Amino acid sequence: MEDQIQKTCLHDRHVALGALMSPFAGFDMPIQYAGITEEHNAVRQHVGVFDVSHMGEVRVTGPDACKFVNHIFVNDVTGAPDGQIFYGMMCYENGGTVDDLLVYKVNDEEYFLVINASNIEKDVKWILSNAEGFNVKIEDQSEYYGEVAVQGPEAEAAVEKLLGLDVKDIAFYNFKTFDVDGEEIIVSRTGYTGEDGFEIYGSHDFTRKVWDKLMDGGVQPCGLGCRDTLRFEVGLPLYGDELAADITPIEASLSMFVKLDKPEFIGKEALAKQKAEGVTRRIVGLELEGNAIPRHGYPVEINGEQIGEITTGYRSISTGKSVAMAMINKPYDKLGTEVEVRIRKKTFPAKVVKKRFYDKNYKK
Amino acid sequence: MSKVIESLLYADSHEWVKVEGEIATIGISDYAQHALGDIVYVDMPEVGDEVTAGEDFGAVESVKAASDLYSPVSGEVVEINEELEDTPESINADAYGAWIMKVKMSDPSELEKLLNAEAYAKLCENE
Repeated sequence: MEDQIQKTCLHDRHVALGALMSPFAGFDMPIQYAGITEEHNAVRQHVGVFDVSHMGEVRVTGPDACKFVNHIFVNDVTGAPDGQIFYGMMCYENGGTVDDLLVYKVNDEEYFLVINASNIEKDVKWILSNAEGFNVKIEDQSEYYGEVAVQGPEAEAAVEKLLGLDVKDIAFYNFKTFDVDGEEIIVSRTGYTGEDGFEIYGSHDFTRKVWDKLMDGGVQPCGLGCRDTLRFEVGLPLYGDELAADITPIEASLSMFVKLDKPEFIGKEALAKQKAEGVTRRIVGLELEGNAIPRHGYPVEINGEQIGEITTGYRSISTGKSVAMAMINKPYDKLGTEVEVRIRKKTFPAKVVKKRFYDKNYKK
Repeated sequence: MSKVIESLLYADSHEWVKVEGEIATIGISDYAQHALGDIVYVDMPEVGDEVTAGEDFGAVESVKAASDLYSPVSGEVVEINEELEDTPESINADAYGAWIMKVKMSDPSELEKLLNAEAYAKLCENE
């Protein structure tokens, strides 16, 4: 696979900017430009832009589009107004997670799905294999679309002023399409940082123009390094850490996106059973005493016995505290439970807290 | 691009050693601090700990990842740089000034296995 590594349409820009590049999900991606801390703070305090062209896009169209999306998706898109976006997961019959994704409702017969780069091939196969009997057309448009995310309290001003797009009326988790030089582009008020911001989808040519305009306007380029620290601080999951084929959305503490009152969807039975009987483990937040940093995979213990493990951990850039998300066995998931995190040869005291280490600043 | 200092010795795991009598002062190279990015925590041994050449004695952590530290020499830790507890970022600012530990060497012949500045600079170029 190493020799087949893909490049996004902005790859040459990253290299020219001197970014530290690293393989991620099969793409050669920028991890940082100025440094993770500086980029993180730019997004929290001003505005930053991410190349997220590696993300996958799948368009579902046809008379059964609404019914089909509801079949493969745990959230409920029924009766939503056009232009609304839903976050949720696709699950296996056993409730394990295929992927987490955004569903954009274009209209009753057209939906636009945004999926994780690492899962594109698997997801497309899964979606196609479950489409039998539905009158829908499924197109993998991942190679057509480039995508940038403009994030931060000054994102709206940057998009309006530097890109000339009228986005102030777009509500949180809604999108609009624009005609730019004869091309349809998509702009949504979404993101993965806990800040206000926009995600902009268009052709590679368009995406390069957008990037260059934002650079000329002085917007901080931001790499995947701070994308992870930002999403982590506001408790957003990353597939592979907090979600996986063997982790259900209920275990990931994301039940609010699982609509068990829908007539049917793949995994409903298993998830309903888990919800009714209670999970044996779930994702919680941990706060450590001291400065040691918990990392993915480190054991969480009580009296020397492992009762869970870290899924993501950092020294929070915004608060300075050593915090983590962790998958913890019941009954140790209760707020305030005192545990220990094993970091190399030592253990460090920690306690269970809410998995939101920094308050979101969405513009609703 | 990254700096090396003529008078120091280097391990291929990117630690530097300054030798004064039987005491070896150890830190990480400018190349290493640059590769790690913003350093936010240094996991240091305790005074009195025994360290062994080629084995880990702690870790340097950037925002993104933990990177083990390997001792270039064997011996007893006689001093640690306590300032790093509050200002780990000083390694980014001055990798050769911000030392991590001082070791009273038990086998100074181990120094012969380390690289001089020229050989180390070449190693970094090829990484």
